[in-house]
Amino acid sequence: MALDHTGQRVFKVVGTRPPRPDGVDKVTGRALYGADLSAPGMLVAHILRSPHPHAEIVSIDTSAAEALQGVKAVVTAADFTPQEDEYLDDILVNCLARGKVLYDGHAVAAVAATSADVAKAALKLIKVEYSKLPHVTDVDAAMRPDAPVVQAGRSLETVPEGMSENVSSHCEFGHGDLEAGFAKADLIIERSFTTAATHQGYIEPHACLATMGADGKGDLWCCTQGQYNVRSICADLLGIEASQLRVTASEIGGGFGGKTTVFIEPVALALSRKSGRPVKIVMSRAEVFLATGPTVSSSTDVKIGMTKDGRITAGQAHLRYSGGAYPCGTVDMGAQAAFAAYDLEAVQTLGWNALTNRPKEAAYRAPGAPQAIYAVESVVDELCQQLGLDPLEVRLKNAARKGTKSSYGPTFDDIGLMATLKAAKAHPHYSAPLGENQGRGLSAGFWFNFGGNTCVTLNVNTDGTVGITEGNPDIGGSRAAISQMAAEELGIPYDKIRTIVADTSSLGHNDVTDGSRVTFSVGLATIKAARDAIRKMCSRAAKIWDIDEEAVVWEDGAACPAGPNAGRFPPMTLAEIAAVSFNTGGPIAGHYEFNADGAGVSFGVHLVDVEVDRETGGTKVLRYTVFQDAGKAVHPSYVEGQMQGGAVQGIGWALNEEYIYGEDGRLQNPGFLDYRIPVASDLPKIDTVILEIPNPGHPYGVRGVGETPIVPPLAAMSNAVSRAIGTRMYSLPMSPPRILNALTDG
Amino acid sequence: MKTIHVSTTVNGDATEFICGPGESLLDVLRNRLGLTGAKEGCGTGDCGACSVMLDGRLVCSCLVLGAEAEGVTVDTIEGLAEGDHLHPLQQSFIDNAALQCGICTPGILVAAKALLDRNPDPTETEVRYWLAGNLCRCTGYDKIIHAVMDAAKTMRAA
Repeated sequence: MALDHTGQRVFKVVGTRPPRPDGVDKVTGRALYGADLSAPGMLVAHILRSPHPHAEIVSIDTSAAEALQGVKAVVTAADFTPQEDEYLDDILVNCLARGKVLYDGHAVAAVAATSADVAKAALKLIKVEYSKLPHVTDVDAAMRPDAPVVQAGRSLETVPEGMSENVSSHCEFGHGDLEAGFAKADLIIERSFTTAATHQGYIEPHACLATMGADGKGDLWCCTQGQYNVRSICADLLGIEASQLRVTASEIGGGFGGKTTVFIEPVALALSRKSGRPVKIVMSRAEVFLATGPTVSSSTDVKIGMTKDGRITAGQAHLRYSGGAYPCGTVDMGAQAAFAAYDLEAVQTLGWNALTNRPKEAAYRAPGAPQAIYAVESVVDELCQQLGLDPLEVRLKNAARKGTKSSYGPTFDDIGLMATLKAAKAHPHYSAPLGENQGRGLSAGFWFNFGGNTCVTLNVNTDGTVGITEGNPDIGGSRAAISQMAAEELGIPYDKIRTIVADTSSLGHNDVTDGSRVTFSVGLATIKAARDAIRKMCSRAAKIWDIDEEAVVWEDGAACPAGPNAGRFPPMTLAEIAAVSFNTGGPIAGHYEFNADGAGVSFGVHLVDVEVDRETGGTKVLRYTVFQDAGKAVHPSYVEGQMQGGAVQGIGWALNEEYIYGEDGRLQNPGFLDYRIPVASDLPKIDTVILEIPNPGHPYGVRGVGETPIVPPLAAMSNAVSRAIGTRMYSLPMSPPRILNALTDG
Repeated sequence: MKTIHVSTTVNGDATEFICGPGESLLDVLRNRLGLTGAKEGCGTGDCGACSVMLDGRLVCSCLVLGAEAEGVTVDTIEGLAEGDHLHPLQQSFIDNAALQCGICTPGILVAAKALLDRNPDPTETEVRYWLAGNLCRCTGYDKIIHAVMDAAKTMRAA
């Protein structure tokens, strides 16, 4: 569905900042999240986890736990049927290990009991005999031919021969003659980088409440980014029909990609089925760190050639990612995104994923892109420094634009990178003076964005209000944006509309809230559903006026005769048509279902000033500005919120956050004290500049905004720190000890 | 297990409950009193999502025992609004789009009120340091800080 090219559209509601419909619930403590619901007769379940990073499970004896007073059910992998589909079976054995434990914290058994104390006591009575195996947690070590094998037989045929069995996949993207490209360069820089695995760090731990009877009918309440996905996975794993399982998404306390799969939900359902009682599972923070998905850890090599005047002649990247103990396709996205911001004649990216004894990766905001673009943008900055070139000028000179054949294949349509770079150049931040030990960093960033399967129902109530039923959990104000688009299209006030997120039995399938897809796809479906309702309302007016349907148009929230020839009738408002709908053919509703295409890629540019304390190695962020092409910003406050929040997650990744594994293969920092995410006092104001380059694939020009903002901060921060201390940094996080080492070695 | 009988005042109402000797005030509020506004984000006092006032002192209720509520007053997010009249901080958070997922919001509002009760005119730096014990992963804090400053201004003018 294309952009409305009816001249320069003047929006009435889109682009304003109304209060969000769930605001009062969320400031009064009334909003119900995953752990907030209880049921009569409810049991509480806890999960037994492996203390070993890699071990065979020789035996599990649950008899003593089952005999404990108050224990109502115990489950292990033996209670589930192995899945033929490898993707599903990986999810299943990640929920409860079968045969082997693959990482510290891997779930082994679960107990449902009348109280948390009893459940925890029962866990201690479960006897698991392990036979320890050698482990590997580092991606480069895991790729060596002699590395301990995490899982055998999982390599795709794309993997070259002679590599460790841990290498599960290989990918390659690019075009042009690399050798010729590098030959044209005046300077070639080749560097290696590493990034640590980081966790999405949502403040709400995973939680669910499951009720399932012997008849195979179930209800599941959980915090998730996609209730339909939870339904289909759980139905498969439990061997029941999707129609018999109703999944309701609670309010969600953050997800960032990490709540796009299941960890505890099938376990709670199985315990409920076995006990005949509702079962609640709430993860602890330690469990969240140990056993839910962080993003990949990475090791990359980047080689870029540049002429003296700043033209990039060739770019090459080798990306080695580990998504933990299971095959993971995130490296493919990194390899595609690495050079997306550049218009290159010769470019090649190669990627490998390696299995390690770490938790199964889950998506984290623009999965795979931050790591790859960090390495590329660091080398571009070093080239600029060595050649004495302005880093923004160099990016402007090489920027991808409309018509550029992207490094991953497709040719770009209207994109906002040039506009974003120009805005950064013109901004006072770029020319502000810097003091001693201060540095300014810059990075571009990119994300693909996604459309996907979407379904919306729009009900016109007889009192002239409208109810919208959509199926995507609202992770950052999407109900407001969807209501705004409906108000815009229908021509009625925003506060006449209420948008709710439906359970899986109340609306057709909707893909997960991911890929920055909701405002784009659900918004588009809402606009189409509104048009469907408008068509029906025009038809009702035509019936009342006894004229042809084609002779009625919709203007400013009312049906009107199309012209003087259609007849002279005063406009009938939505409320007037709705009020008499029972006499003109019955209730009025609009629907739309589709698999959305045309999401429109997104670019951003981040500018940051830092000051490094040379005695402590500490870095202070002094000033931060985010520039991003958001397409049409439906609710600018929530667009800014995405830009600010993504930037700060990236700052945390750059400076502090990392999964730290000991020699023993155990996670050393599974808590917010030792895994330190940014706090308010760490940060300055995060300025935002929204560019609105309309997405040709949406009637209002909307494109996704949520993921791109986490991509540039890694390199922007690293470039700023490197310039501040006069020594290049090649590893994240740039924690104080690492900066002190660089200062000493440099 | 031996249980303890506790008489306390929650959001101005005389309240009684029984709890285990090791049970946190947060668990009591959520599981025994049905006050689920305070959230458990970590259980170790690192995230502030469970912030409540205990006899006028800002605490992480996950680090306080239920038994410690005996004879004192507990104020939670559920008591911040007066009937259908939102506290200026609550209104400011809505007006300034200072929440995304909203899970940290109850704790931040309780903490922010504690700040404004003792310092009605804080600087931005003071707000940032006061709220350093309340983690938010969605917003980057920018709009939260702005909302608190804005509410302080409204309250000073009132």
